[in-house]
Parts: sequence; structure tokens; C-alpha cells
Amino acid sequence: MIDVKNLHKSFGNHEVLKGVNEHIEKGEKVVVIGPSGSGKSTFLRCLNLLEEPTGGEIIFEGQNITAKDTDINLVRRRMGMVFQQFNLFPHLTVRENIKLAPVKLKVMTDEEADKRALELLARVGLPDKADSYPAQLSGGQQQRIAIARALAMNPDVMLFDEPTSALDPEMVGEVLEIMKELADDGMTMVVVTHEMGFAREVATRVLFMDGGNIVEQNEPKEFFANPQHPRLKDFLSKVL
Amino acid sequence: MNGITMDQWLKMVPDSVVNLPEGLRNLLFQLYQTFIAADRWKWFLNGLKITFAVTIGALILGVIIGLLIAVVRTAHDSRRMGKSNIILSILNAVCKLYLTVIRGTPMMVQLLIMGFVIMVPKDDTARLVCGIVTLGINSGAYVAEIVRGGLMSVNPGQMEAGRSLGLNYAQTMRLIVIPQAIKNILPALGNEMITLLKDTSLVSVIALRDVTKQAQNIVSNTYQAYVPYVSLAIIYLVLVIILTKLLGIFERRLRESDRR
Repeated sequence: MIDVKNLHKSFGNHEVLKGVNEHIEKGEKVVVIGPSGSGKSTFLRCLNLLEEPTGGEIIFEGQNITAKDTDINLVRRRMGMVFQQFNLFPHLTVRENIKLAPVKLKVMTDEEADKRALELLARVGLPDKADSYPAQLSGGQQQRIAIARALAMNPDVMLFDEPTSALDPEMVGEVLEIMKELADDGMTMVVVTHEMGFAREVATRVLFMDGGNIVEQNEPKEFFANPQHPRLKDFLSKVL
Repeated sequence: MNGITMDQWLKMVPDSVVNLPEGLRNLLFQLYQTFIAADRWKWFLNGLKITFAVTIGALILGVIIGLLIAVVRTAHDSRRMGKSNIILSILNAVCKLYLTVIRGTPMMVQLLIMGFVIMVPKDDTARLVCGIVTLGINSGAYVAEIVRGGLMSVNPGQMEAGRSLGLNYAQTMRLIVIPQAIKNILPALGNEMITLLKDTSLVSVIALRDVTKQAQNIVSNTYQAYVPYVSLAIIYLVLVIILTKLLGIFERRLRESDRR
């Protein structure tokens, strides 16, 4: 589904990604972990070109999205993204937040989008918040709405950029729960996170990034029980 | 056109006025001369129409120019490193030149140049257009910087969230960033509106008969400056107070979504 070939990304003289190669299958739940500054967020943000790679290729559903003639806006419709800081639109109600993209991009009529919004709100457990403004919600609720908003476009893959890192500890669970349900429904997911429990429980594969590259990957059980690379051993000893 | 003399006036008014202390009587006579004689209140009214026309016209033009420039400048500044766009760079250079020239020269000088060098209007309508265009161009430069500040004050995550949903740059700007920026720029924009309203008093130099020009005409007809000019000040003051109140109401309505 997603093929990453020799992906490079530099900010000025600072090289963040140093030739990442990765293949993600449909239905996989890939969790990316690593120390800060290892390039994991940049890697994720390159997948939908929020960061423009300085080198390499990304093939998504058979289409080279790094090619010059690709309409990235059309590609992004099929990739939902959830941010660390939620990034809900504060001037719109929850319902309007969810409906905005499907209606403005004319993939749904207003009624269809309304129905979809209520459906998604029920799914993330907030059916009564449709007409609230984001500022009236807790962090956990906002992040659940952000997930609903990303799902509104019916994406083929969901990208999560540290979705629980900005939350108070007691709200982390509710967001992870929604993500777990999403995984159980068969959604393809790429998740950058520090939640090792989530990685262990939900991931089909865990990637460890360090110094701008993926240095080790494995299915979760083996990954945590039997790390090979010294950097990973060191990292796990600090976080577990 | 000079109206009447004090003596003629005293014969017209009731005795109770004639018997007033001299200072007060003088004031009443001046008020009569300024507003009632020769229907001069109509002069003020006609002047106000021009003042409003110039203010509103220049405001609309200024906001359009300001918004366009702000978007160009913001798009240019938020461009990804290493990615250059020739057209955007040229537009940005033009915008910067415009900002430098307009903000670097006095409004009065701009009016003189537009009125007597560039546009040289021959009739009233042309003069009105000239006034609106000059003030609009001037205001646009200030609005541009206000709007740019407002756009930059919106969290970059908002742009990313919009783009990640598949909206293009223009849609994200229009639907997500600008509506939020407006809330932040409204106080400064209101300030600019007030400045603009008062700056319209300068259009008299291109022979546009705004309310200030009319007051000057009354002074040159009655040889009395006190009441016409003080009245003029009060007119501007009242207009500004009304404008301030309206902006306050508008601002409160925009802030509704912030309420918890």
C-alpha cells in the first residue's frame, strides 16, 4: 500500500531522514518508536507530504506521490492524519469540523456529511457533542473528535503523530481505546507514539528509528522480548 | 451668501434672545450663521455624504488590497525551504515595494500626486474616484501588515490540519485560517477604519467637498471660525464613537466560539 524508497529529508544543513526504506501492507498497524530527534515524526509527515522529502520516492496505492505532476490534495483525501496538538478548527462546531472537508471537497452532500458526522461521533463516543465548540471539550474529547474528522473522508490509511503526547494521563486511555477499535475494524494505521503498551497490544509490526533511519523492526512480541540492536536495547531499558 | 449681519439678526429674534449676555448671544448668532443661514446645515450633510463615500469606498478597496498583499506575503514567507517559485518571488517584491513607498510618504503628498500628477480628475465624480483610490491604496498598505500579522498569529497546525484533509492552500486559507485571523485582527482593523475616516479630511486638497471642506467654506463665508470648526470636530468625534461601539458589538459576536 505504501512503499518508501530511499527517503531523504533535510532541514537546511540538518539531515533528518537518511535514506529510509519501508513497505507497509494494507491492513497493517505499524507503530514507530524511537528517541526524540530520531526522525519518526518527520518520517510520518513525509508520508502525506506535509514535509516535502528532499530525496527518494513514496509510492501510495501504486501512485508515485513524490512525482511533480501528482495532485497531492487528491492523495491526502485517502490519508487521514491525527496530530499531537489535535488541531481542531476552533471557530467551527464539532459537527462543522467533521463535515468541512467532505462537503467543501464535494465528496458528500450536506445531508450525507451530517449523517456521517453523527455516525462518527457515536463511534468515538461523543454523540452529544455535535454542536459544542472545541474549546468546550477536554483534550481527550478533542483528540477523539480529531480522529472522527480524519475518518470523515473515508481514508484508506490513518497516520497518527504522537496522538496522546499532549494529553493529561487520565485521558490517554480513551483515545487509545478508539484507536484500538479502529485497528480491530481493519484500518491500515501508521502510529508514532511513546505508548509501549499500545505498540505491544495493537501493532502488527513495530519500527525503531534512530539517527534518521529504521534500525530495527519486528512483530511486537519479539521486538520487546528480544531486541537486537544496542540502541534499541538501551532505549527500551529507559522507557520500559 | 454671507447671510446677515448681527444687527439684522437681532431684529429677527425674540427679545429674550436680545436680552441675553453678549457672549451667549454671540454664540447663538454664530450657530445661526453656521447651520441655519443659507441652509448651511445642508452643506454639512452634503459634505458628510462625500466623507462617507470616500471612507467606505477606500475601506473596501483597502481591505481587498490588504488581503491580497497579506496572502502573497504570507504564502511567500511560509514557503518550504529550497523550493522557489519565480512568480511568487516577483509578486512579493512588488508588494514590498508598494508597502515601502506608501508607508514611507505622507498621505497628503500621495493625494497631491494622485490629484495633480497621475489622475488629474476634471469633474466631481472623477474627484470622488480619485479620493477613494488614493485613500484605498494608502489604507491597503496598513491593512496588509495588520492582516499579515493576523494570519501569522494562527497556529501553523491549522494550515496542516486543513491540508491533511485534502483541502488546497486557497481553500484552507479561506475556510480555516482567515476566519480565525479576522478575530485577531479586528481590533487593529477597527483602528485603521477610524484613522481612515479621519484621514478623509485631507481630500479637500483635491477639491473634493467633504465635510471638512464644507466647514472651511462656511468659515470663508461667515468670517467666523469658532463654531464651524468646533462643530466639525464634534461631528468626527461622534462618528468615531459610533464606529467604536459597532466594532465592539461585532467583536463580541465573533468571540462566541471562545466561550466555555
